[in-house]
Amino acid sequence: MKFNRKTTIGILVLFLAAILSACGETAGNDTGSSSGSKATVSISGSTSVGPLAEKLAEKFKDKNEKINIEVNQIGSSAGITNATSGVSEIGMSSRDLKEEEKANGLKETIIAYDGIVVVTHPSNKVKDLTLEQVKQIFTGEVTNWSQLGGEDMEIVVVSREDGSGSRDAFQEIVGYSSGELIRNAIIASGNGNIKTTVATNKHAVGFISFEYIDDSISTLQIDGVEATAENVLQQKYSLSRPFLFVHKEENLTDAGLQFIDYILSSDGQTIVSEAGAIPVK
Amino acid sequence: MLEKLSGRVFLFCALLSVISLLLIVGFVFYKGSHPFVAEGYSFLDFIFGMDWVPSEDKFGIFPMIVASLFATMGALILGVPVGLFTAIFLAEIAPKRVAKIISPAVQLLAGIPSVLYGVFGLAIIVPFLQNNLGLVKGQSLLAVILVLAIMMLPTIVTVAETAIRAVPKMYREGSLALGASPIGTIFKVVVPAAKSGIMAAIVLGLGRAIGETMAVILVAGNSLILPTSLTDSVRPLTTNIALEMGYAFGTHQEMLFATGIVLFSFILLLNFVLAKIGSKGGK
Repeated sequence: MKFNRKTTIGILVLFLAAILSACGETAGNDTGSSSGSKATVSISGSTSVGPLAEKLAEKFKDKNEKINIEVNQIGSSAGITNATSGVSEIGMSSRDLKEEEKANGLKETIIAYDGIVVVTHPSNKVKDLTLEQVKQIFTGEVTNWSQLGGEDMEIVVVSREDGSGSRDAFQEIVGYSSGELIRNAIIASGNGNIKTTVATNKHAVGFISFEYIDDSISTLQIDGVEATAENVLQQKYSLSRPFLFVHKEENLTDAGLQFIDYILSSDGQTIVSEAGAIPVK
Repeated sequence: MLEKLSGRVFLFCALLSVISLLLIVGFVFYKGSHPFVAEGYSFLDFIFGMDWVPSEDKFGIFPMIVASLFATMGALILGVPVGLFTAIFLAEIAPKRVAKIISPAVQLLAGIPSVLYGVFGLAIIVPFLQNNLGLVKGQSLLAVILVLAIMMLPTIVTVAETAIRAVPKMYREGSLALGASPIGTIFKVVVPAAKSGIMAAIVLGLGRAIGETMAVILVAGNSLILPTSLTDSVRPLTTNIALEMGYAFGTHQEMLFATGIVLFSFILLLNFVLAKIGSKGGK
């Protein structure tokens, strides 16, 4: 079979064009981030910090048109790994750094505080738990709502997946380990997923970030303290944690530094509180 | 010269898929075998271990293997009869006008992105199980089975229908001429003649079910228990990988790749069975 000469040339040209354009793109990006007209700050990490970082980035970009900020929500551990390896300029974490992570020379900046709230179905009569009771629920010692002053029905525990920053922080404060978590707990990926699961199941109990609170779920008091930003700042409410930006000194660009400064400015901190998180100052 | 060059280009394109396969398999096996080869973990403990607690260095996937097998088998028990009868109906019984409506509908079902099946399961099947069967949680093995059974229908129906249509007309004529009823003809003559094609349809459906991830993750509940009843929430192999890969690093990540090896072995086994069926069918 003979090929039409024109077709063959056409295909080859297309092929070359595709390869060349692919090369061109990467080359373009390189120059873009170092000296070009638009600098890009890549940020990745926690799905709890992510929504806040997106909002901050949006406002920041309105003011600084020459800086582009990319936020990827991939989880605290992955974000910290990326910041360590230089894949991302800044990593987001919703839990404190572990010893081995600090050893890699990461610098941390607290950009906000967040509260974690225990949530149930709105119809649930239990509205107040002690930290000890929360622990008993999540470790399977208490399995019926009647043991906590509620209706006689089974408790369905909903947790995040192993490695999630929210889960790490929650377990650390409440005081149980991943191995102690009740085995038949439903594992949902992400705050939104937990909220949906709890909102549609009257047996369920879970934990989410303050930012995700809405009318579809009922929030519980811990040791009689309401889950509010004020109570977190006054250190009355125990289920709280820092939101961190982590970076390596040598990877931080001017643009990245500007963004961090902006977040810590009064403008930035206003956005933090508007987003449902708790300002540092 | 041009002739030769273009030949090369086409060869390169053809090799791309082979190269991709080798790269993927190589990468998964390289990453997944590392904990067992270099870090002293026991592969048997991995396969038969009951506990999966990555943060405490416990990696056992036996409950997940069982969950994958149960979910797939359950989906087969529901999906195969329905799919097969649909195929028979379309190929043998349905008037042309009816088949013209059902056939595209089944094929369209195959084109729906799997995450939408998951959303459908989460929004319809899970609450249905909760409200009507009195389960404390709808996220369960049963929900997974129902979703997978629907998902494998198009695969089974299209492949089986083709196999049934390929049975020569004279088989049917012969059977009918001998006085067999039309239904008798279908089950005693046509279906046995299309046996290898139907088996292939089932194995392909099986492959679809065991590898499905996105739909399952939303309705499975992802609990780490050994399933003992249809109402338990389960974590099949695929969802374990998808659920934790985003957060995993180090040994935990490698163990997820190892989970991928186990999954891959199941798929390989299926393909092997499929190839056997194909050669036995003697087309």
